Amino acid sequence: MSDLKPAEKLIFEYSRPGRGATAQHPPAPTNAASDDLPAAFRRRTPPRLPEVSELDAVRHFTRLSQLNFAIDTHFYPLGSCTMKYNPKACNQYAMLPEFLARHPLAPATHGQGFLECMFELQEMLKEVTGMRAVSLNPMAGAHGEFAGVAMIRAYHAARGDHARNEIIVPEAAHGTNPATATMCGCIVKEIPVDAQGDVDLDALAKAVGPNTAGIMLTNPSTLGVFERKIREVAKLVHGVGGLLYYDGANLNAILGKVRPGDMGFDVIHMNLHKTFSTPHGGGGPGAGAVGVSARLEPFLPVPIVGRDAQGYRWLSERDRPQSIGRLSAFMGNAGVLLRAYIYMRMLGREGMGRVGEYATLNANYLLARLRAAGFDLAYPERRASHEFIVTVKRQAKEFNVTAMDFAKRLLDFGFHAPTTYFPLLVPECLLIEPTETESRETLDAFVEAMIAILGEAERDAAQVKGAPYTMPVRRLDDVRAAKQLDLAWKPVESPA
Amino acid sequence: MPFVPHTDADVREMLATIGVSDIDALFDEIPPELRIAGLDGIPVALSEMQIGRLMSERAQRDGRPLSFLGAGAYEHHIPSAVWAITTRGEFYSAYTPYQAEASQGTLQVIYEYQSMITSLTGLEVSNASLYDGGSAVAEAALMAVRAHRKSKSLRLLVPATVNPNYRRVAVSTAGNQGLQFDTVPYVAGTGCIDREALARHGGADYAALVIQQPNFFGQLEDVDALTDWAHAQGMFVIAVVNPTSLAILKPPAEWGTKGADICVGEGQPLGVPLSSGGPYFGFMTTRMEHVRSMPGRIVGRTVDLDGRPGFTLTLQAREQHIRRGKATSNICTNQGLLMTAATIYMTLLGPQGLARVAEESRARTRALVELATAVPGVRAAFTGPRFHEAVLRFDAPVATVLERMAVGGVLGGVALADDYPELGEALLVCATETKTDEDLRRYVEALRGALR
Amino acid sequence: MSQVPADLRYAKSHEWVRNLPDGSVEIGITDHAQHALGDLVFVELPEVGRALEAGAACAVVESVKAASDVYSPVSGTVLAVNEALAGTPELINQECYGRGWMMRVQPAAGSAAELLGADAYTAELAAIGG
Repeated sequence: MSDLKPAEKLIFEYSRPGRGATAQHPPAPTNAASDDLPAAFRRRTPPRLPEVSELDAVRHFTRLSQLNFAIDTHFYPLGSCTMKYNPKACNQYAMLPEFLARHPLAPATHGQGFLECMFELQEMLKEVTGMRAVSLNPMAGAHGEFAGVAMIRAYHAARGDHARNEIIVPEAAHGTNPATATMCGCIVKEIPVDAQGDVDLDALAKAVGPNTAGIMLTNPSTLGVFERKIREVAKLVHGVGGLLYYDGANLNAILGKVRPGDMGFDVIHMNLHKTFSTPHGGGGPGAGAVGVSARLEPFLPVPIVGRDAQGYRWLSERDRPQSIGRLSAFMGNAGVLLRAYIYMRMLGREGMGRVGEYATLNANYLLARLRAAGFDLAYPERRASHEFIVTVKRQAKEFNVTAMDFAKRLLDFGFHAPTTYFPLLVPECLLIEPTETESRETLDAFVEAMIAILGEAERDAAQVKGAPYTMPVRRLDDVRAAKQLDLAWKPVESPA
Repeated sequence: MPFVPHTDADVREMLATIGVSDIDALFDEIPPELRIAGLDGIPVALSEMQIGRLMSERAQRDGRPLSFLGAGAYEHHIPSAVWAITTRGEFYSAYTPYQAEASQGTLQVIYEYQSMITSLTGLEVSNASLYDGGSAVAEAALMAVRAHRKSKSLRLLVPATVNPNYRRVAVSTAGNQGLQFDTVPYVAGTGCIDREALARHGGADYAALVIQQPNFFGQLEDVDALTDWAHAQGMFVIAVVNPTSLAILKPPAEWGTKGADICVGEGQPLGVPLSSGGPYFGFMTTRMEHVRSMPGRIVGRTVDLDGRPGFTLTLQAREQHIRRGKATSNICTNQGLLMTAATIYMTLLGPQGLARVAEESRARTRALVELATAVPGVRAAFTGPRFHEAVLRFDAPVATVLERMAVGGVLGGVALADDYPELGEALLVCATETKTDEDLRRYVEALRGALR
Repeated sequence: MSQVPADLRYAKSHEWVRNLPDGSVEIGITDHAQHALGDLVFVELPEVGRALEAGAACAVVESVKAASDVYSPVSGTVLAVNEALAGTPELINQECYGRGWMMRVQPAAGSAAELLGADAYTAELAAIGG
C-alpha cells in the first residue's frame, strides 16, 4: 500500500504457522468426537485466524489501545455524547465472577441478587424520569427509540386507530429519530425550530392532525437549549390524539432538576451510557432503557423484572400479552445495566441533582470564556444547558478554516474534538459538552487551546488545515476508502 | 462530592465568570412549575466500600451452580488476557471512532475483527457488530428484503428449528415494516427441517430462507441441499451460525453450490461472559455485492495525506447520521467492546485452539448424552449428527426434575415445553469444553436423584 | 457559478434531460448537484426495463459525506444505464453532462411537462443561492 510504516502492524503479520497461545487452548480432545461427523459437514480449510504467542497478542492489542483517545486519557467535550468519567467501581463490581458466570436462562432461584439489582434499577429510573414503568431491554439509544415508537404504534393500533403513521421530528433532531420512525413503518414529518431554538409552534400546529402518531423531542434540544414551550407542544400533540416521545440523549442536563414525565412525555428512552456513566467502549455496548406513562405500560418490551411473595422473577409475554415483544434473545445488556445500577447507588439522591447542576455550570462557564475569547455562539441570547454550540462560520469565511479544521487541530493540543457538523442546521458548528466530571483547570486549558487555534487561523491557516500532526496518522483519504474498498485482510499471494 | 471535582472556590469563580449568583440561576429558562425539589425515591449515596460489599453479597447469593444450559449462550473458557486488555481504559472509555486520527486503535481492531469473521464465515464483508444474535437475525431479514433486486416480497421462511427467541425478535423488529415470517416444521425423528413441508413453499415468492446451523436443537441441518433448494426458488439464504462451530463446520459461503448470501449469529461464544444475557454482540457478513445494503458500521483501510496506511469508518452514507430516514437501519451505538474481546479471543485461540474448543465441546456433549440416556426414563429425542447440544426426553415432568437438580447446584438444561409442546417433557442440554468427567458424573448423579 | 447548458431541460430536483434523435431521453444530474455532493464514490442505477415514474426516486448517488436519491424527471422505461459509472463514479464529477450521463429512458407520452428550460433553472439556482 505504501512505503511508510503503519503505527502498528496487523496481527496477521505477526502470525507464523504452528505458533500459538497453547496455554489458552483446551487439552487435546478426550475422545475422538469427530469420527461421527460426516465429511459433508466438515470444514475443508482452516479459517485464517492469527497464529501468535500470548505475548505477541498482548503486546499488539496493548499497543493498539495506546493509539486511542479515551476518557481515561483525554478530555472529550463531545456534544450530545456525555463523555463523563466511568467510575472503576462500576466495572469491578459488575464483573464479579458470579455475575459473569450466570447463564441468562438460569432459574430465578439462582439469580435473586442480580434480579434485585435490576428491579431496583427499574425503580430508580422511574423516579428520576417521572415515568410510570420501565423496561431495561433495549441495547442502545437507537434501540430504545425503536421500542418507544413501536409502543406508540401498538398503542394506537390497540385502539383501532390505524391511520396514525406520522412521526413529527424537529429538523435539529439526531439522525436516529427519523431512521427509527422509518424502521417502525412510519412517515417522518420534519418541522422547523425558531430563531431562538424553540420548536416553531405554528409549524407544529400545521403539521399535526388525525394521522399524527406522535412527536419525538429531545429536551434540552440538540441545540443545547431548554425547549421552553414544552407544555404548549404537549398540549398541541395530545390535543390531536398524538403521543410525546422523549429522546433521553440530553437527560444529563436536567437530572434531579426536572423530569420528562412531569413535562407531559408519554415515552422516553434513557442512554445509560451517557447519563449513568456506563462506558462507551469504542462504540458500545450501550443501554437504552425505556420508560412509559400509564397508558403505554401494557406495551413495554419483555422481559421485565417483577416482584412477588417468592421474590423477584421475569415477567414475560404471558404476563404482558400486549407487549411489543422481545428486542433481544435474552434481556438486553445486563452487564451494562449492572454498571448503571452501581453508579446510581453511588450517586444516591444527593448526587443525582448535582449531575445536572455541575454539568450545566461547566457548560455555561465554558460558554462564557469562549464568548469572551471571540467565538460566536449559535444562540447567544440563550442559557446553555449541559452543552452549547459555537459556530465558526465567520472564521470559515475569513480564513477558510472550518469547524473540521478546528476539530482536527484540537487533537494536537491533546483534546478530543467536540461534535462537528451536528446539528445540521447550524453551519460550521462545534457542539461542546464538558460534563460535570471535568475540573475547572481542564476547561481552562481547553479554552487556551481554542484561543491558540484561533490565533493560528488568523496568522497561518495552512497550519490548522493540515492538522493533526501528532496523531498516529494524518487526515485519511475517505474517498479512496469508499472507492477502493479494503474491508478485510487477505494474505499476499505468493508468486507462482 | 462523588465524581464532581469542584471546590467551593472553583464554583464561586466560575459563577462570577458566567455572571450569575448561584447554580440555580442557570436553570432560569425552565418553567418553575416543572422544577422538582428532590428525588426522595432514590436511596442515599453509598461509598465505594459500601457498594462493593452490597454487590458481593448479591453475587454470592446467586452462587456458581454447575450449568449445562446453552440455547444460544455458551460457557467457554475465556483466556485471562482477553478481558485484561479489553477493560483497559483506552478501549473501555473511548468513544465511537468518528475522529479517525484519534481512534486508530479501535479502528484497527475492527478491521482485524472484520478480517477474522469474514474468514470464519467465508463471506467477503463484515460489519463492526450488531446488538446480539437475535437482533442480527432481524437485521438480516430486513437486509434481505432490501437487497433482493428480483423479489419485492416481504415474506421470509423461518423454520421451527431456528432459535424461538430469534424468531420473536425478528417479528418485533421487522413486523412494523410489514415483514412476515412463515414457519416450516421439523422432522420428528431427526429434529431437522422437514424438506417435504419446505417443498410445498416452492414457487411462492419469498425473499429468503433462514437456516440455523447447528440448529436450535443442536442438530446439523443438510445445509447444502437446503441452500440449493432456496436458490433454485430465487430466495436468498440467511445463515444463522455458532462461530465456535465454524472452526470445524463448513462455512456458510460454501453451503450448496453458491453459498449463503447473508450470515449472522451470536458472537458471545467468542470470549464474552454469560453475564445473564448481555452485553453480547451480533455478527453479520455478506457478499461484496450487498455491502451497501448492510446495516451498521464498517471500517476500511486507506492512506493518510502522507501515504501512510490507516483505518477509517467507510460507507457511512448508508447510516442514520447521514441518511436519516432513508438509512439502512437506525443502529448507531453497537457492541464495540465485545467485538474487541472477541478479536483478542480469536487471536489467542487461533485456528487450532478454536477447533479444539469445538471438538471438545462436541465430545463432552456426546459423553453427556451417553451417560444421561443410560438413566432409565431418559432418551435422546433425535438421531443424526449434532454439534454441542442435544434434546433429552423424559418420562417424568422436567420442571420438577430441573427444580430438584437446581437445589443440588446443578442446572440440568433448558425446558422446551413452552416453545415445543409436541416434544412433551424435553430438555435442551449442553456441555462445553469446560465440563470435566467429574462434572458429567455430578450431572448424572443429580439426574438420578431428581428422578427418584 | 454552475454550468447550465442551454440545450437541456431540468428538474427542480437537479436532474437534466437531453432529447435524443430517436425520441428517447438521456438523464443525469446537474453540475450544481455534483458539486454539492462532492467526490462521488458510488452510483446505484435502475435495472434496464424498469418502469419509472416522474418525480419518484430511480437512482442513488453517494459521496463520502452524503447519499442522495435521484428523481426521475420523466415517466417511462429504462432503455440503458451508464455501466461505466459502476467503476468510475467520478465521471459524474468530471463531466456530468457528458460521460457522466446516468440512464437512457423511453418517455411515456406527455410526461415531461414540468421541466424547466436553462434560464428558468438558472433562476432557480440563483434563488437557492447556488
